[in-house]
Amino acid sequence: MFEKINPHTTIPERPATTEGNFYESKGKASNPGMNDRIRKLRNLSVETTPTLSIERALHETSFYKENYGKFSIPVLRAMNFLDHCQKKALYIGEGELIVGERGPKPKCIPTFPELTCHSVDDFHVLNTRDMQPYKISKHDIDLYEKEVIPYWKGKTQRERIFSHVPEEWRAAYEAGLFTEFMEQRAPGHTALDGKIYRKGMIDFKNEIADNLANLDYINDPEATDKAEQWKAMDISCDAVILFAERHAQLAEHLATQETDSRRAAELLSIAEVCRWVPAHAPRNLWEAIQMYWFVHLGTITELNGWDAMNPGHFDQHLTPFYAKEIAAGTLTRDQAKELISCFWIKVNNHPAPPKVGITARESGTYNDFTNINIGGVKGDGTDGTSEVSYIMLEVIEELHILQPGNSVHISAKTPDKFLNAASHVIRQGHGYPSVFNPDIYILELLRQGKSLSDAREGGCSGCIEVGAFGKEAYLLTGYLNVPKILEVTLNNGINPVSGKIVGIQTGDPLNFKSFEELYTAFLRQLQYVVDQKIRVSNYIDRMFAKYAPAPFLSVVIDDCISRGKDYYDGGPRYNTSYIQCCGLGTVTDSLAALKKHVFEDKTFSMDRVLTAVLKNFAGEELLRQTIINRTPFFGNDDDYADLIAVQVFNDLVDTIDGKPNIKPGGKYHLNMLSTTCHVYFGKVMGATPNGRLAGKSISDGTSPSHGADTHGPSAVIKSLTKIDHVKTGGTLLNQRFLPGLVRKEADIMKLGQLIRSYFTLGGHHIQFNIVDTATLLAAQACPEDYKDLLVRMAGYSDYFNDMNADLQQEVIERTENDSF
Amino acid sequence: MSEDLIFDIKRYAINDGPGIRIVIFFKGCNLQCAWCHNPEGISGKIEKMFAPAKCISCGTCVEVCPEKAITLTPEGILTDGDLCTVCGKCAEVCPTKAIEMSGKQMSVSEIMETIEKERIFFDQSGGGVTFSGGEPLVHTKMLIELLDECGRRGIHRAVDTAGNVSSDIILEVAKRTDLFLYDIKMMDSGSHQKWTKAGNGKILANLKAISEIDAHIIIRIPLIGGVNDTYQNIGYTAAYIAGLAGNKKEVHLLPYHNIAQHKYSKLGKLDDFETLRAPDNETLIRAIAKFAAYGIKAEIGG
Repeated sequence: MFEKINPHTTIPERPATTEGNFYESKGKASNPGMNDRIRKLRNLSVETTPTLSIERALHETSFYKENYGKFSIPVLRAMNFLDHCQKKALYIGEGELIVGERGPKPKCIPTFPELTCHSVDDFHVLNTRDMQPYKISKHDIDLYEKEVIPYWKGKTQRERIFSHVPEEWRAAYEAGLFTEFMEQRAPGHTALDGKIYRKGMIDFKNEIADNLANLDYINDPEATDKAEQWKAMDISCDAVILFAERHAQLAEHLATQETDSRRAAELLSIAEVCRWVPAHAPRNLWEAIQMYWFVHLGTITELNGWDAMNPGHFDQHLTPFYAKEIAAGTLTRDQAKELISCFWIKVNNHPAPPKVGITARESGTYNDFTNINIGGVKGDGTDGTSEVSYIMLEVIEELHILQPGNSVHISAKTPDKFLNAASHVIRQGHGYPSVFNPDIYILELLRQGKSLSDAREGGCSGCIEVGAFGKEAYLLTGYLNVPKILEVTLNNGINPVSGKIVGIQTGDPLNFKSFEELYTAFLRQLQYVVDQKIRVSNYIDRMFAKYAPAPFLSVVIDDCISRGKDYYDGGPRYNTSYIQCCGLGTVTDSLAALKKHVFEDKTFSMDRVLTAVLKNFAGEELLRQTIINRTPFFGNDDDYADLIAVQVFNDLVDTIDGKPNIKPGGKYHLNMLSTTCHVYFGKVMGATPNGRLAGKSISDGTSPSHGADTHGPSAVIKSLTKIDHVKTGGTLLNQRFLPGLVRKEADIMKLGQLIRSYFTLGGHHIQFNIVDTATLLAAQACPEDYKDLLVRMAGYSDYFNDMNADLQQEVIERTENDSF
Repeated sequence: MSEDLIFDIKRYAINDGPGIRIVIFFKGCNLQCAWCHNPEGISGKIEKMFAPAKCISCGTCVEVCPEKAITLTPEGILTDGDLCTVCGKCAEVCPTKAIEMSGKQMSVSEIMETIEKERIFFDQSGGGVTFSGGEPLVHTKMLIELLDECGRRGIHRAVDTAGNVSSDIILEVAKRTDLFLYDIKMMDSGSHQKWTKAGNGKILANLKAISEIDAHIIIRIPLIGGVNDTYQNIGYTAAYIAGLAGNKKEVHLLPYHNIAQHKYSKLGKLDDFETLRAPDNETLIRAIAKFAAYGIKAEIGG
């Protein structure tokens, strides 16, 4: 989900070796986990440096050399997948209960040359960069250069896309007005519903066979295309059954060599599980988890979709198996927790595949954004929490590993007990779980046209984006740099950073007589940029439908089988394209500054403000400080700025929402996610009229600009809920708290009540950073950006920024001693 | 409708009574505690506060001052207190808010409007408003109007007081207060006089009086090392609280911290921080045990 950007905001990025080294380690021991098995598996996962495997690329290249042109594209893709599942190196690690790796061993990641082919230079960068390296041997690089790179030259999806984009798009793209997701990875981004716990691959094969048998070649003009899709889906089902069977054989083989009789028995159990799933519907908890894991591995091996894969409401899916086995006495709570822990570690074993080209130089993230949804409501609208939900919270707290991401879903029906348990985990300061409001996102999904039960079974995947799980392709197409659009407007279509024309001429701002004239120009520029973005996104969408279909993913997403259409080609029941709008805070504050100081109070002329902005405020500190301190900014429950935010938000909705994408019934919607793209977007921009200096990051998600909110979290919540979250596919609110604010039981309860308040007012998502020493040090070095950092002292709260250096130092030291 | 001087309003206050609260700080107090955390709340007049670290030496304030009371020095600005009329013109123009006037005349309706902004948080958390200061009870008329208005609107009301007023005032206030956060400093009136510039006679009598009408009271004790953390004072305090009528009192111990030092320098005031220190952990543990021995639940923090 990243392009040229820094670590993710939800989960603190750590070097692999110190991963999990967070505030208040519960386990005391250096290696937490519920028992020796989990501790060992976790340790291996955390300590292993990510490496690259060229195995998949080699298999694929020789398969394509041999077979390209012999089959239809869908069948070719499925055969390629089957070929790799037949040949790929397997791994069953010591002590593992849940088995299967995408590469030949943990944290070893394949490449996907059919999408984007890494260059030798890319590999050198990945091998040597300080942040998030991926190691690869000289031997493998040489082999890649000899075998893989020459074949794919000019044939990758990325090259095809870039050879066809219009000049206007390229100019806007290079200026950083928006990003394009689909040039690096396949559009992915979906989550599963409960069908794989009720049906096995054999059931899906039977459905496919029925459809093929009833195909009407005489009257259906798409009959041939459908037949190819179904054949491809059928082959891909065979591929994962075969992949599992090979694991069963390996486990049996290992059992014969195992000297420890307990482990030998476990290996035989693994063999039994792998022989049953994914071919059949799972019968117990172990099989249910392994079922999901094989499906997960299949989808992320077939292609490299954004945000890996996601089990969706995993606690709800596992609960029937758990309840049945607990009642029957065939499983203990601890055994269930152990299996869930094994699964958690499996996800952590799978860092995101690294990007290619210029973006590889920038640090990315290892996080591949599987986001486990916990709690929420069930399809019938009742409370979805169960004992499994609590077990998952325990696993999150105990393991505290980077992946999988996780979120709790708090509806009005969710018991306080669950919210409180989740708040305790939030308090640990890992940055997760993030917190979602099903009561609002169900409305979001209904508004987008989902049925009530599909909406209720939906949730959030990746970061904050909402979708109907198991039934929707909801593709993120890229981030939109809204403050940059204002910047271009203020320069009449020119990018002041490069001097190039990147937008349309909307008038010389010096001639604007009123704020309304300025705003109208901004809107025209916005419409132009969005049109550029959509035009190319649609084109790329078709490229994937035609050249990189995903038959296996299509098997598990309704209604691809019944429609005989691929996941990328309108097969899913719902087809959404999202544009993620960034920088609401920055653009609001900039507009508020111009409205107040130029048009209303006439404190400064437009000429003077724009000149100061172009000079990055050099020699204009008085002007800059006046703007910073004398402008109502977004996030303070002050209608002056908040209503500008509402206006911008509504106009973004009007510009983007409901535009058709090129799939039947498919539409564009917006969400307000920035992930960490606000850092990149800031880098491509000069200074902005809100006093932000050139190159500094713009505001994240729907959060206020850094340091602009000075009235505490309740005021932020009030400001944020003046916008109608229901019109989005997700908003994002970051809140930074110091551990001292959530030290006592009563404080933790109040954190939960703050969340309830936000959700009652209509908030979509909130996440808390219980900040650490590093942040405090940064706050000391750059107080302006941390005006909102609340510190709990003895007896009352104060802003960190309002304290003198000595006291800040004291807080830093004290916090570290007490809590970290 | 009354107006009075307010020096701060804090939202998302989580340590001044139940739930999520808003705290209204009245300016003006009738004690002068040496350890005061809110020194800008002591004087009942508007005061000028200056934070040198934020000053960019732009000289704008020098130009606008009608009394020519401000001079620009290499260390920032200097204000001649004899000439300054606290008119606030300098604060109005200061681009960085290095100069701020502490204290703003606010009406009951203005304050109620701010309180109402937080209603959703009260509703979700069982919170409400806490009137603090300064000493809210010396702002009797305004306080009573606000308490009545909050009562009409169904908002939970807490009053954070040191209780150093005549008993008819506190009894009048008690009629419209849901919770008192009642400060006790020390039992010996002589040292109370020494450290706060007032004896504790009225304070203890008023605590007794509102206990007898069974007001809901949480007693808060700032514990300052070397001032009131002696075994003897804690023992006397515990005994006194145990002897109070009415429902069982909770005690919150607030260990002293020199957090407010920067506020003193902003006000251009000297402080006594050399002699004040935080109580050590052992003392805190002993204090909690002492209260427990009297059947009183004491906890750290408010």
